[in-house]
Amino acid sequence: MSGSFLESNVIFQEIYCVLAGSKYAGESCSAQGLLPVGYDWIGFFIAGFAIMFILANAFMLGAAVFVYSERRLLGKFQLRTGPNRVGPFGLLQPIADILKLLMKEDIVPNGADKPVHTLAPIVMLAPAILVTAVIPFGSGYFLTDLNVGLLYIVAVSGMITIAIFMAGWSCNNRYALFGSMRGVAQLISYELPMVFSMVGILILTGSLSLIDVVNAQDIPFILVQPMAFVIFLIGTSAELNRTPFDIVEAESEIIAGYHTEYSGIKFALFQAAEMGSILVSGAVVATLFLKGWEGPFLPGPIWFLIKVYGFVFLMIWVRATLPRLRVDQVMGFAWKFLLPLSLVNIFVTGASVFILGDMENGVRVLDSVDLLLVGAINLLSLIACLVLAGFFMKTKASGGRSREILVSEFDPAGREVLT
Amino acid sequence: MKTEAITVNIGPQHPSTHGVFRLRVTFDGEVIQDVEAVFGYLHRGSEKLAEERTYTQVITLTDRLDYVASMTNNQAYVLACENLMDIEVPERGQYLRMIAAELQRIASHFVATGFLLQDLGAMATPLMYGFRERERILDMFEMLCGARITNTYMRIGGVFQDAPEEFWGSLRSFLDGMPGFLDEFDSLLRGNEILLARTKDIGVLEASEAINCSVTGPVLRSTGVAWDLRKVDPYELYPRIKFDIPIGTNGDNYDRFVIRLAEIRQSISIIDQCYEQIEAGPVRSTNELLFYPKTGDAYGKVEAPKGELGFYLVSDGGIAPYRCKIRSPSLINLTMIKDLLIGSKLSDMIVTLGSIDINMGEVDR
Repeated sequence: MSGSFLESNVIFQEIYCVLAGSKYAGESCSAQGLLPVGYDWIGFFIAGFAIMFILANAFMLGAAVFVYSERRLLGKFQLRTGPNRVGPFGLLQPIADILKLLMKEDIVPNGADKPVHTLAPIVMLAPAILVTAVIPFGSGYFLTDLNVGLLYIVAVSGMITIAIFMAGWSCNNRYALFGSMRGVAQLISYELPMVFSMVGILILTGSLSLIDVVNAQDIPFILVQPMAFVIFLIGTSAELNRTPFDIVEAESEIIAGYHTEYSGIKFALFQAAEMGSILVSGAVVATLFLKGWEGPFLPGPIWFLIKVYGFVFLMIWVRATLPRLRVDQVMGFAWKFLLPLSLVNIFVTGASVFILGDMENGVRVLDSVDLLLVGAINLLSLIACLVLAGFFMKTKASGGRSREILVSEFDPAGREVLT
Repeated sequence: MKTEAITVNIGPQHPSTHGVFRLRVTFDGEVIQDVEAVFGYLHRGSEKLAEERTYTQVITLTDRLDYVASMTNNQAYVLACENLMDIEVPERGQYLRMIAAELQRIASHFVATGFLLQDLGAMATPLMYGFRERERILDMFEMLCGARITNTYMRIGGVFQDAPEEFWGSLRSFLDGMPGFLDEFDSLLRGNEILLARTKDIGVLEASEAINCSVTGPVLRSTGVAWDLRKVDPYELYPRIKFDIPIGTNGDNYDRFVIRLAEIRQSISIIDQCYEQIEAGPVRSTNELLFYPKTGDAYGKVEAPKGELGFYLVSDGGIAPYRCKIRSPSLINLTMIKDLLIGSKLSDMIVTLGSIDINMGEVDR
């Protein structure tokens, strides 16, 4: 029961106040709580679990909303309607889907490793929900302010790799095996540039706590760290198995990848984890690069949701637009392009902070003008890197565009080859 | 480290085998070591069924061969019948057949490129764009004959009926809108770096190998051989039409994709010229439905969207063909699949298969 934890969390404070009273919760509460004196620890647990309950349900509801909005928007992108039969505008479609999945038979294939097969969806869902613990949804709206928040997000979301491998390996299906092999390779490769792209923010804020990161953003970090933003966005869409990096569950190649053999509620858990992960990643992007909950006129949580759904819309848009890369191209892009780019970002950011920052109490401090200057340097070096990469990595593919030849008369050369 | 090759059955139920087609593939990691194509899941015995039906009734069977290109199937069969029976077709009937066949080629190429892009993982967006235009073609078919997919529009000696007035209006607006749509489609797809990286220099087919396997259609033309039956051995009134044969240079997946788009442009120009040249007149030379041709045989062939489609008919003087052999381009184009696939990756295998543009209704007959 750390002091800062209790003081800064609004919802926790309210519930704990009602239960335990002013003796433990502070001066603003009523003198007598509901619980007898000496049992305030029960209040602590109840308040904690209440917030967790809200978060987990918000996560699942968010996933359902995402499923609906994705199907609807993809429909719009593809000149069709999308689901519009269940409820007004098809709004109840996700509920119908969930009910259907709940009532479906739970099939475990022959020769499957049953315990691992059952455990995999849970291992997949748990980290996605756990990440929400450190995300600040508004001023005072969070579960906990962990001082290693960024590290925690990276560590917890890394567990998804294990779940994908468990799912693919356990169900004795070769498509699933392909999916999980691809998944492990891809997730590990893209985690590296993604984590490195956070280092620039770390240099600027000097803290791993997400609340400190938001508070440090006088200017949104998307302007100060455009290179890191690009890397993080690409890395995130690869981590989420979204196009153009959806080789893990490439439906035209390996049916559904690692969850080919899952049905019923286990499949629903995989879907919830994937869809929820996109929202959580949107929340991380909003916190790290878009100034978190802060914005004019509207209350904090509303601004936060707007930013998250902006990211979600971008993801859906990309999915409707781009084809998929091949496995070796995906891996090559991570190791040959993104990783060097993220190292360049660390160097450029570190150097510009070292040169521009003024020493105050052993820490380099930057004012708004300095921050914008850092951003300009960052953007310029990003463009330089892209030009250089385009020069060195020029593939045969980007050569001449129109190569087909029009022949107006029957080609005698063809006849020669024939006879 | 000890590794083991794994064998995977791709199909008969699989999202991108374009029907009930099965490939037994041995993989070393993601790289293909061996391929064995297994087909016959959609075998309906069309050739045998044709022996039990009158010459006119067989037209309905041809609709079900390549069900995304029924018009050209009709055309190949009625050409074979007309060769067998020495029946002349009135000019208006021939023009209507050409218009219908070229519209069908556009529709079929939209399906082919759309599904190729879906195999590339582009969700269904390009597919739906193509289908929007295909829908207009199907509406025009509905005006012509009342059916959209299984048309049975052509008859021995002409076509079923003359086109109604509203057909010409919608054909005109279709022809006017099409070049703009194709430019948009082209710019959206051919400027996409991912698409170029995924299709260029993948699944390369040599011209000599293609000819040895008697491959025809866009797949042959992508290797640089300008072989198009409409030019080489013209049928109907194609000698009166000016058009070009688009050919490729590399014979890779990209060429096969681009050639289909170029052929759509050529088809539009062909329809445009037909629209200008067509004159009033009868559309059918005979209203007979039962034919008793002399003993003998005949071969009729057209340049179908997928390649050379031929019907070989043998008559014993009876009411039904004694034998009806179908030379289906999809089956013959599929024969070189093994050489094309070994050594490529799983992802490229799907794309290569899509770029050949097979149709299982035609492969298994």
